[in-house]
Amino acid sequence: MTVVAQRRLPRLGGFSAGLVALELRRLVRNRRTVVMTLVLPAVFYLAFGSSADYRAERAGDGNVAGFVLVSMAVYGAMLATTSGGAVVAVERAAGWSRQLRLTPLRPVAYIAVKLVLAMVLGAASVAIAFVVGAVTGAQLPAAAWVECGVLAWSCALVFAAFGLFMGYLLPTENVMQILSPVLAVLSFAGGLFVPVNQLGDTFATVARFTPVYGVGEIARYPLVHDGDLWPAAANVLVWTALFGWGAVWRFRRDTARV
Amino acid sequence: MTVTVEDEAVTRGAGRLAVELDGVVKRFGSVTAVDGVSLRIRPGEVVALLGPNGAGKTSTIDLLLGLSAPSAGAVRVYGRAPREAVALGLVSAVLQTGGLLKDYTVEETVRLTALVFGRPVAAVDEALRRAGIEDLRRRLVGRCSGGQQQRLRFAMALLPDPELLILDEPTTGMDVGGRHDFWSAIRRDARSGRTVIFATHYLEEADAYADRVVFVRRGRIVADGTAAQVKALASGRTVRATLPGADEGALRALPGVESVEVRGDAVLVAARDTDAVARHLLTATAARDLEITSRNLEQAFLALTGDDEGVGAGR
Repeated sequence: MTVVAQRRLPRLGGFSAGLVALELRRLVRNRRTVVMTLVLPAVFYLAFGSSADYRAERAGDGNVAGFVLVSMAVYGAMLATTSGGAVVAVERAAGWSRQLRLTPLRPVAYIAVKLVLAMVLGAASVAIAFVVGAVTGAQLPAAAWVECGVLAWSCALVFAAFGLFMGYLLPTENVMQILSPVLAVLSFAGGLFVPVNQLGDTFATVARFTPVYGVGEIARYPLVHDGDLWPAAANVLVWTALFGWGAVWRFRRDTARV
Repeated sequence: MTVTVEDEAVTRGAGRLAVELDGVVKRFGSVTAVDGVSLRIRPGEVVALLGPNGAGKTSTIDLLLGLSAPSAGAVRVYGRAPREAVALGLVSAVLQTGGLLKDYTVEETVRLTALVFGRPVAAVDEALRRAGIEDLRRRLVGRCSGGQQQRLRFAMALLPDPELLILDEPTTGMDVGGRHDFWSAIRRDARSGRTVIFATHYLEEADAYADRVVFVRRGRIVADGTAAQVKALASGRTVRATLPGADEGALRALPGVESVEVRGDAVLVAARDTDAVARHLLTATAARDLEITSRNLEQAFLALTGDDEGVGAGR
């Protein structure tokens, strides 16, 4: 061969904004994902939180509609980040992960792309729910709109880790059909749909140790200025660490050469 | 990941071997898929890995691509560890099935590949053109036929402009037309110098497209020779006759004779010109009960697993 070609490895292990953009385009092409993560939380808010009674009744510095809205934003962020992570199950089932091993893309860069996507989707979900809430009578103090939104979104990182863990654990293309009911149950258990103190002492105690509890408590704090912030923060950190560890464990096994 | 070369420029070298397998063994539990394979392939060779299903072709390819690690022995691709060669784009592959996402378009799939290889956008059009799927660029992968998907895999494999292209049973499941189109695309691409290794169990494919054919059976190389030798092997016929005290040397000296086997009173002569052998046997010897049969691929494989002296003995 007479041509002299220079061969180099790509920067950042193959991670690039262009790659994220392509993946994002594919993500929004999937109607089920869009409806489930971007539309459903806003619809739930309209169905369960925007009644005249809830708009009139006060909660913290806002109204009950606003309280329900923040909870639904947390739920949306959870769904979005979980499905963003769990998409690795689909890609493994399709043999795409194996195909990517024939490229310079490092597994760590691949995971980074998935995390960024999960968080972008989560941000979109929160934003849509908040816009719908703002125009239909949910009231929050100006600062709380931003604070609750950012907290709901950032704390949902725990579910990006959960999604990745499940994505590597479950060898199925229909992973979200399994995970959405799980998330719904966890949301009830964690006091996201119904406040834990309405469910009795025993249940309220158990609820504190479930993974949705911490995110909900923290996200609503700027509105209600009430609740156990430190146990909630500990809850988020412990669950993030657990799911993150699980994801790394399965991920190592997946990328090991046999 | 085991790639340790960062930002190192690699220059195409002529002297270096494209592939070097040295005593490679691959075991899965109690099953030995690759059983001591040593193979050297020079740059520019087009090599067919020919063998029945389960012969160890795919296991060998996985080792070459760094998708699995050998249980014993050494694998080098262009003088490097396979993972490194893959990451640098020295070697790429078209694997059997899967490996595509249905909700990407053809163009997006190739563009993504270009992004992770750090190749310019122009490389996308080039790869689509060379694979003959320019007109499919906006089609969703899930809507493409098997043959179209295979050409998409080919376009992805072309993107890094690899020195070595590996094709694992690339036409499995394609109809005759699809198979023809695929090989035409490969042929068009066969610019001087690209090394190609393809696994197949179609003798015709090995014959038509390979300079060198490596027969694999039960994880071992049983023969290694030119395509012409393989063709003779499979197109030849065998004369069987009853001839007590046959003179093996005399039979072997007949024109076109490839092998002579004596089993008790019976003699089996494999030859390209079996008419000449029959004429000799009937006129110059006491042979009787003549039978002339053509050998098919199965028998060729069987011949190779037994005593393969005289047939396609190789390098």
